[in-house]
Amino acid sequence: MNELVVETAGLTKRYGSRLAVDQVDLTVRRGEVYGFLGPNGAGKTTTLRMLLGLIRPTSGTATVLGGAAGAPAVTARVGALVEGPGFMPYLSGRDNLRVLSRYRRLPDTVVDDALERVELSARGGDAFRSYSLGMKQRLGVAAALMGEPELIVLDEPTNGLDPAGMASMRSLVVDLARAGQTVLLSSHLLAEVQEICHRVGVINEGRLLRESTVADLLGTATLRVHAEPTEEALAVARRVAGDEVRVEHGELLVPLPPDRAPQLVRALVEQGLDVHSVRHGDRSLEDVFFEMTTNGGTPARKEKVS
Amino acid sequence: MTTMVASPRADLLRVRKWPAAWVTGGAWLVLLVLFGYVFNYVAYRSGNGSFATDGMADAALLESVLPANLPETITSGTPMFGGALMMVLGAMAASSGYGWGSWKTILTQGPSRSAVTLGSLLSLAVVVAVTVVASVVVGLGISTGIALVEGVDVALPTVTDLGRGAGTAFLVLLMWALFGYLLGTLARGPALAVGLGLVWSLVVENLLRGVGGLLDWVESLTTVLPGTAAGSLVGSLAGAGAPGGAPGVLDTLSGTQALVTLLAYVVLLPVVTVLVVNRRDLA
Repeated sequence: MNELVVETAGLTKRYGSRLAVDQVDLTVRRGEVYGFLGPNGAGKTTTLRMLLGLIRPTSGTATVLGGAAGAPAVTARVGALVEGPGFMPYLSGRDNLRVLSRYRRLPDTVVDDALERVELSARGGDAFRSYSLGMKQRLGVAAALMGEPELIVLDEPTNGLDPAGMASMRSLVVDLARAGQTVLLSSHLLAEVQEICHRVGVINEGRLLRESTVADLLGTATLRVHAEPTEEALAVARRVAGDEVRVEHGELLVPLPPDRAPQLVRALVEQGLDVHSVRHGDRSLEDVFFEMTTNGGTPARKEKVS
Repeated sequence: MTTMVASPRADLLRVRKWPAAWVTGGAWLVLLVLFGYVFNYVAYRSGNGSFATDGMADAALLESVLPANLPETITSGTPMFGGALMMVLGAMAASSGYGWGSWKTILTQGPSRSAVTLGSLLSLAVVVAVTVVASVVVGLGISTGIALVEGVDVALPTVTDLGRGAGTAFLVLLMWALFGYLLGTLARGPALAVGLGLVWSLVVENLLRGVGGLLDWVESLTTVLPGTAAGSLVGSLAGAGAPGGAPGVLDTLSGTQALVTLLAYVVLLPVVTVLVVNRRDLA
């Protein structure tokens, strides 16, 4: 399970004076759904392009499936949809996939299977240019699925899909992972990533801010404590939980799991402070994400890959 | 099946169903029929010279539309509109994929960039070959028809002559198609590539030849230009005493020199194209 399918070291891409991707160390393990999360323009697509060999890194290395990113032997085992579907507008969806299946040296039967999986069979004969945005996107995903690649890279796969389309795309990704395929998925939709990804890498302004499991990312559970006087309560809470305790809207945000709430409350009461309320601060990936991305470029904290 | 078979096979599928390829090939055939047969034959029948047939004697006019003249008829238009049309096709074949994003998709399928590019160039060569074969078939049909209507002997060209004619037409059209493909690769968009290519092939080369009369070094430069080589090769095929000479045909270079120059372009243009594609960031 811990075999690395993607590993980058100091991956950097510079366009003139602009650093699009800055020293990214990324790891994707076999069989997982990895969410690559970041706001628009954060460097997600540039990183994915480097993993696929479409662009060359300025410095650093990217290893995919044990080989250099972009080597023909590697890309043959990777399926990808990067920055929107790119197809011949005058060809039908089916013919577009047939062109690709010929490049991949796969039989034409994979084309119909792929169309089936993204629910495009009925419209497979229509010209690509007549497709809706969502259908184009699904055809892009179909192309990425052909030939059961070991790694599937999907860049914003739910772009342009309606809610039903998004839901079926999510279940498709979950199915892929169940079948043992590794999925590297970029998204700016946090709910989506939280729902289907095992691990996430958060990128902003070209830097990988954090890489960990979704559970770990959310896992620094927070207790919201309203105790007065606040200043003294803050001092006590910091003694118990460390320096990361913050004050927000008159409440203490204490990074402690729920089972340590009694210990905190006891310490506060022993100091003669008034404890008005203690509750679990449920954090969503969105909260974590905005915390990480708004104070911009905090140094990457990475869990060890074991 | 190796990638060197897979890539042209894949590219041929998209080219075969590409309206632009059929339009360009069709336009060439229409122009070939018009300039090679219709104008000359109508002029012969009516006794009036058209601008393309100005000064040609009646006998020569009739001769030019008979089967024996087929090798010259199918080649005479290649240095001019034939080359320009194939250049447009080559430029579009290379550049459209950048706008559509289809090169990006194709280059993530597995085959190396060299294999994809060479495969695409090979399929372009097949399109040019098919165009030439179609020209031979159409020309043969029309000229035989005229011979029968006019009640003259249907004297077919020798196989050697026909082979030389078809080979010359293929080489000239292929060179311009490859030239267009390189331009399309460099420009990554059809408009600029087609525009620059047409200005080059139809205007700049002729201007340079004009300047060549004044400056020696420009004149020696013009001898290695693609248009000069194409025109000279076609001119050498027609040989001395050809009826009136075809538009754009030159005799600047000997047949052998012209052939060597053309072959050099046919080898060099793909090499440069592959180098450009291999070094490029596909953003």
